[in-house]
Amino acid sequence: MSDIRFTDQHEWVRVEGDVATIGISNYAQEQLGDVVFVELPETGKTLAAGDEAAVVESVKAASEVYAPVSGEVVEVNGALEDEPGGVNEDAMGNGWFVKLKLSDTSELDKLMDEAAYKEFCDGLD
Amino acid sequence: MSEAIADTGAEAPLKNTPLHELHVELGAKMVPFAGYDMPVQYKDGVLTEHLHTRQAAGLFDVSHMGQAFLTGPDHETVARAMEKLVPGDVLVLEPGSTRYTLLLNEKGGIRDDLMITRMAGAENDGKLFLVVNAACKDADFAHIAANMPAGVTLSVLADRALIALQGPKAAAAMAELAPQTADQAFMTVNETDIDGAACLVSRSGYTGEDGFEISVPADKVEALTRKLLSDERVKPIGLGARDSLRLEAGLCLYGHDLDEDTTPIEGALTWTISKRRRAEDEFPGAEIVLGQITNGVSRKRIGILPEGKAPAREGTDITDMDGNKIGVVTSGGYGPSVGGPIAMGYVETDFAKDGTPLQLVVRGKARPARVAKMPFVEKRFYRGK
Repeated sequence: MSDIRFTDQHEWVRVEGDVATIGISNYAQEQLGDVVFVELPETGKTLAAGDEAAVVESVKAASEVYAPVSGEVVEVNGALEDEPGGVNEDAMGNGWFVKLKLSDTSELDKLMDEAAYKEFCDGLD
Repeated sequence: MSEAIADTGAEAPLKNTPLHELHVELGAKMVPFAGYDMPVQYKDGVLTEHLHTRQAAGLFDVSHMGQAFLTGPDHETVARAMEKLVPGDVLVLEPGSTRYTLLLNEKGGIRDDLMITRMAGAENDGKLFLVVNAACKDADFAHIAANMPAGVTLSVLADRALIALQGPKAAAAMAELAPQTADQAFMTVNETDIDGAACLVSRSGYTGEDGFEISVPADKVEALTRKLLSDERVKPIGLGARDSLRLEAGLCLYGHDLDEDTTPIEGALTWTISKRRRAEDEFPGAEIVLGQITNGVSRKRIGILPEGKAPAREGTDITDMDGNKIGVVTSGGYGPSVGGPIAMGYVETDFAKDGTPLQLVVRGKARPARVAKMPFVEKRFYRGK
């Protein structure tokens, strides 16, 4: 099984080989409500950890999705541009946003594992 | 992810409406709004609540709004006193009918927008019913009270709640409890008992749909609300959908689309000033406002349809096709019934014509849009038989 990590900004990152898939957590999609628009970066763009990777908008408001780790954008989930509701349907799976080619795997160590993230979310409610 | 933008709250402790416990019981997400702890959405979420209101009926708690009676010896005295503060024609109001108008300042800027109803019935001669915005109500009522002549009195109705029932099935749902409201026409008010509660039922709203706003004694509102919600056509709707519904209907949100530095002419509300009021020249800022009617204005409120899918939120810069700033978005987002982004804002008058191409600068990128007629959805008011 691939290893999944979370940020305190509610992004997740799942690593396979040297490629990191990034999305927002189920908690985040619930807080946002119905997603009506997603803006994705260009492939080839280089992002540093903490950079704005994408934008996700609900009826009410726009929110930024930040890159949890640094790397080059190798693929974006273009399906979300036509069906932004995919983020609500499967935030942790088919609702992913971008894939990055990792430039520094040690950045992953700074992120929360699933158990720590769950505890973090429980503390927010 | 960044935090979603919250509504601005007051510093003081939040107030509750008489329906607060019911909102919590119904699973509402509560947020601060105009000093009140209000439901922004219930379990279904903004999108579903919006669409439900357009398809069936939505029930809104708007008890945070200000309600008052203005009373005096007779209609003419009270109407003329009120007309010193607003440019709307209060004098010609028929008993039981309602008018949308504006409290103006000395520069012709808009202090608030409000509904004024002339109460029906011989015993109510000289009685106006006022409904004003929550965020402005204390200032509005102080301003009105301070400007009335002797014998005309403002009484704030702090012990009354206000609920709105809106949507194509609102009338049918309402008729189950109050058949006497079925034939009531748009922009009229009936004083009537519903289920033992002495209500003021107005056929109006803030969604572009047919429906009612019902003023109910605070201690009776929960029972009436529960009854209305027991009808399967009726669902509770939060402030989130209230905002997207009114934006699709092209209706202004005070403090965003209208403010103290904006006149009715700039705000595209010239229609609210009747011929007689223009001729009489006796409302605050009349010289400026009437001058603008004659000579035009430099900026104007318009509807905007972005061409792509990206919503343009309040504060988004509007430019011409060469990138010169010509205005700003004052309300913008996603219109669930339109199925895409919609906005309203102010532009230089040269760019205010329908169909004019514009650009919206969203996250640093200019995106194509055009000036569009409002409402963005068809209005479905009940004009009576």
